[in-house]
Amino acid sequence: MAPAGTVDRMEAEPEAHRLAAEARDRVRFEEDALALSDQVYRVARHLANSREDADELMQETYARAFRSWRSFQPGTNMRAWLLRILTNLNIDRGRRQQRAPQMQPLEANDYFLYDRLAENGDGVSDEDRVVERLSQDDIVTALSAVPHDFRDVLVLVDLGDFSYADAAQILDIPVGTVMSRLHRGRRILKRELAESALEEAT
Amino acid sequence: MKDPCAHCEEMMQPYLDHVLTDEEMAQAEAHLDQCEPCRRRYRFEESLRIYVRKAANEPMPAELRQKLASLRIPLE
Repeated sequence: MAPAGTVDRMEAEPEAHRLAAEARDRVRFEEDALALSDQVYRVARHLANSREDADELMQETYARAFRSWRSFQPGTNMRAWLLRILTNLNIDRGRRQQRAPQMQPLEANDYFLYDRLAENGDGVSDEDRVVERLSQDDIVTALSAVPHDFRDVLVLVDLGDFSYADAAQILDIPVGTVMSRLHRGRRILKRELAESALEEAT
Repeated sequence: MKDPCAHCEEMMQPYLDHVLTDEEMAQAEAHLDQCEPCRRRYRFEESLRIYVRKAANEPMPAELRQKLASLRIPLE
């Protein structure tokens, strides 16, 4: 009995070491991913259409990330990796509830929001004060009114601080498309903000 | 000759994204130095971006944080 047991143990030990090392890597991965959750949520909140959607999307994303942690390459950008899972889930789940495409043309002038806010004011033209005429609700509502294709890019770059190249990789689109959608998305956002500023003024 | 303010407007987004070449950057700055309305509008665009970031930043709910932690796969 004893010799057979010894052989088993000798074979089992490298396997036990391997499993222990893998468990350590996995726990480390989970901790790293959880430490990024605030930053991921900041973006997820506005990729999703509501807080409830963002909540579900975060849980699905983390459940999937924890299951497929082996496909993450250590040393690469984990926040981008998590957001790639999240944007794919957001598209797959058909949560997009796309508004009908906006038919009215966007103002050619990139300054129209400024002009509108400045002209509605009482002569206050300090740029920092002018933006304060917009409420937090105005901004959250305006963001949610930007159609998804544009909003995804806008949120990743302007709220998530991703580079054009990172956003392109996360969304699996060319960098040129990121730039054009970003530009258009910012204009749509400003138009939405200008509309709410106008409603409040009247 | 193109309207310098129109050209400056085209440069605004890439300027604020820090993706202009040094030469384009110098061009935009030369115009901004002498054009008060363009300077204001750049400043406004910049404050708007900062303001949007701030307004859009909702902290993650504490319950969600707990739910995410509970999704970890238990060690055997």
